[in-house]
Amino acid sequence: MKVLYFAWVRERIGLEAEEIDLPQGVATVAELAAFLGARGEGYARAFENPRIVRAALDRRHAKPDTPLGAAREIAFFPPMTGG
Amino acid sequence: MFTVRIQAQDFDAAAEAAALARGRTDIGAVVTFAGLCRAQDAPGGAPLIALTLEHYPGMAEEEIGRLMEQARARWPLVGATVIHRYGRMVPGDNIVLVVTASAHRAAAFEAAEFLMDWLKTRAPFWKMEERDDGKGWVAAKDEDDAAAERWA
Repeated sequence: MKVLYFAWVRERIGLEAEEIDLPQGVATVAELAAFLGARGEGYARAFENPRIVRAALDRRHAKPDTPLGAAREIAFFPPMTGG
Repeated sequence: MFTVRIQAQDFDAAAEAAALARGRTDIGAVVTFAGLCRAQDAPGGAPLIALTLEHYPGMAEEEIGRLMEQARARWPLVGATVIHRYGRMVPGDNIVLVVTASAHRAAAFEAAEFLMDWLKTRAPFWKMEERDDGKGWVAAKDEDDAAAERWA
C-alpha cells in the first residue's frame, strides 16, 4: 500500500511517501497509524497524538475505524489549514 | 460552468467573475470572495514574512469538487469557480478565490460562504508561516470547525 505524509507528519517522519506491506492484524486506518507509530522515533513523534492526525483513503477523508479494504493509497496529515 | 483549479500562479478575481457570467442572461447575482495573505494576525505580533502552502495533489481538486457538488445540491447555482493556490506567498498575495453565480443573491452569497467554510476544514492544504523568529506550521482553528459545522 502506498502511504503519503504531509506537513508536520511528513517532516517528523522524514519521508513524503513509502510502500508498506500491511502486516496481519492491521485492517483499519487507526490500526495502520498505530503500526506506523511503532516503527521508530520520527514515526512515534508524528503519531504521538493519534487523535490529531487525519487520514485519507484513496483521496477521501477517512475516520479511524474505516477499513483499509482494497484501498491503494492512504495519506496521513495534520488538521487542514487552507483557505 | 463549474470549475476547480489548484495552481501555483496568481489569479485575477474580476476576470474569473466576468468569465463565469459571460454570454449568459440567466444570472442575476455573482458573489466573489478572495482570501489574501495577511501580514499581521494579532496587534503587536511578529509580522508575517511569507506563507508556504503545501497541498495533496489530486485530492485537493477532488475534495473541493465534492464540496461544489454539495453546494449545487443545496442552492440553485448556475456556475461556480474555486481557485486555490499553493507555494510561497507574501502579504498582499491572493491565496483562494470562490465565485458563485445564481439567479438571485441569497443563493450566491450562501453558497460562497458554505464553500469557504468547508474548504478551510476539508480541503487538504497546510500553511507554513515564516516570521523573523522562525518558521512553523499554522494550527487549525476551532472557530473554522465551528463555521463549517453550522451548515450541517
